[in-house]
Amino acid sequence: MSITEQGLLQRDKDTMTLNMGPQHPSTHGVFRVILEMDGEVVKTAEPEIGYLHTGIEKTSENKRYVHVIPMTDRLDYLNPPGNNLAFCLSTEKLLGVEIPDRANALRVIMCELSRIASHLVWLGTHALDIGAMTVFLYCWREREMVLDLNEEISGVRMMTSYIRIGGVAKDATQPWLKGIQDFIDYFPEKVDEYERLLTKNPIWLDRTEGVGAFTREEAINWSLSGPALRASGVNWDIRKSQPYSGYENYDFEIPVQNNGDIFDRYRVRIEEMRQSRSIIQQALKQLPKGEYKAPDNKVSLPPRQTLHTSMEALIHHFKLVSEGISVPKGETYVPIEGARGEVGFYIVSDGTNVPARVKLRAPSFMAIPGMCKMMEGCYIADVVGIIGSIDIVMGEVDR
Amino acid sequence: MGLIDEAVDAFENEVNNLKLNIKDTVEAMDYEYSGSLYDTVLTTKLGKVVGWAQKNALWPATFGLACCAIEMMAMANSRWDAARFGAEVFRASPRQADLMIVSGRVSQKMAPILKQIYDQMPEPKWVISMGACASCGGVFNNYSIVQGVDRVVPVDVYVPGCPPGPEALLYGVIKLQEKIMMEAGTDKAKKRVA
Repeated sequence: MSITEQGLLQRDKDTMTLNMGPQHPSTHGVFRVILEMDGEVVKTAEPEIGYLHTGIEKTSENKRYVHVIPMTDRLDYLNPPGNNLAFCLSTEKLLGVEIPDRANALRVIMCELSRIASHLVWLGTHALDIGAMTVFLYCWREREMVLDLNEEISGVRMMTSYIRIGGVAKDATQPWLKGIQDFIDYFPEKVDEYERLLTKNPIWLDRTEGVGAFTREEAINWSLSGPALRASGVNWDIRKSQPYSGYENYDFEIPVQNNGDIFDRYRVRIEEMRQSRSIIQQALKQLPKGEYKAPDNKVSLPPRQTLHTSMEALIHHFKLVSEGISVPKGETYVPIEGARGEVGFYIVSDGTNVPARVKLRAPSFMAIPGMCKMMEGCYIADVVGIIGSIDIVMGEVDR
Repeated sequence: MGLIDEAVDAFENEVNNLKLNIKDTVEAMDYEYSGSLYDTVLTTKLGKVVGWAQKNALWPATFGLACCAIEMMAMANSRWDAARFGAEVFRASPRQADLMIVSGRVSQKMAPILKQIYDQMPEPKWVISMGACASCGGVFNNYSIVQGVDRVVPVDVYVPGCPPGPEALLYGVIKLQEKIMMEAGTDKAKKRVA
């Protein structure tokens, strides 16, 4: 429906209706927001979503569990391993599989690398929206290194599908681990470099400090999660509160700030990158030896060389490839801490090899009403800053 | 050797280099030259010159849809550097752009907007369909995704991949440049601006 048909251009009131999006360089995808302006001040902001509706949840109902994993990559496309992990953890809970320690450590490494890459895109585009071009180029320089590591282990730069039900797709190789070590040795000084460009920059401070502020209560009431919630002073991170994949074995801190404005969200994410680096360092140091996928043949494929000698392995291989994993009847939800907040898949299984229902709890989707609330009373120029600071990904909003 | 001699030498070198450059450029432009006038006079078709200028200054519209948009951003960045091919000036307004890179899946709800943005772009204009979803719907063969953006706008180059890497997209841009050069001066190119 066009704007005129919706009656948005009627001038019977003192305010002006302003349409922003879905094609706008600063809405981070195809987000559309209809702003009611009183002069330069936003009075109300009404979101409109669905321009990227892909039908992933519905399509998942016709796909086997293993085949859903590549589609989860395309939900939150800046943090694919996080989505893979959330889906696999839910499925594994229904299956009741025990995940080997090495697989858990590799999952953690992958997720934290992806968190760094995701925050780098956020920082680059957010700074670009506010007017700092250089940061964008610097962030992408480091992101390319993470993407190269992804490509080395999985063959794809972004959509790795590396985390599978029962473990990971492939064992870590020595050159890959060496590459990660090189990256995390190199990375901290680069974070300092971004901070040197922005943290004390008066233009950056003017645009971010006190803008789009949410108090502790507001942040909770509007169901924010992830860095946006922690910037408002709530110390809540699922990696600490409900540890999964062995996060309880790592020593790291949850950065928390108190003002809840754009600047504090920036501070939280910058510190998170440092903490992620520290988690990867610990995981590399104590990387256990052993299996990289659960040795349960009902869940993961038997080793290739056993197919020629073991009848049982051959049957399992055939069943898994032709039929897929059959998941027991039940419903489950396992949340994880993604780059943007709480990610989780609510899976209903009817005992067959395809899920009966898959529902995604997407942090960006949950944050949109709160984000529009923040815009109220702000200047029009701050709207792009607020959208950038929440770091929405339309892939998981519209799915 | 005196300073003047050096300067004369340098100047002659420069003139020679210039001649070589002109020769390369002109050969790439498929022009006709005649004997001794070769060093000083170029004859070519106006259409070819226009095409040559167009292909080296493609201005894409910032039209990010989904995952592919991230790789499109990577292409514009320093490592892949689309500026080498004159395609780095992303314009937020379709009125200032002549290349639309459809980067990602196009939903039924987005299709009319995509068409509107395409219509707003001034002639001549080109479309690159980036990725499996934009080209044919990809894995999302369902009720919500348009099964190929070529049902909405005419596509010049399809780039396969899910998502295609920046190098694949750059190859697509180069292919498009070849296409522009091939079409230059023909009726097809004239139709584009008509």
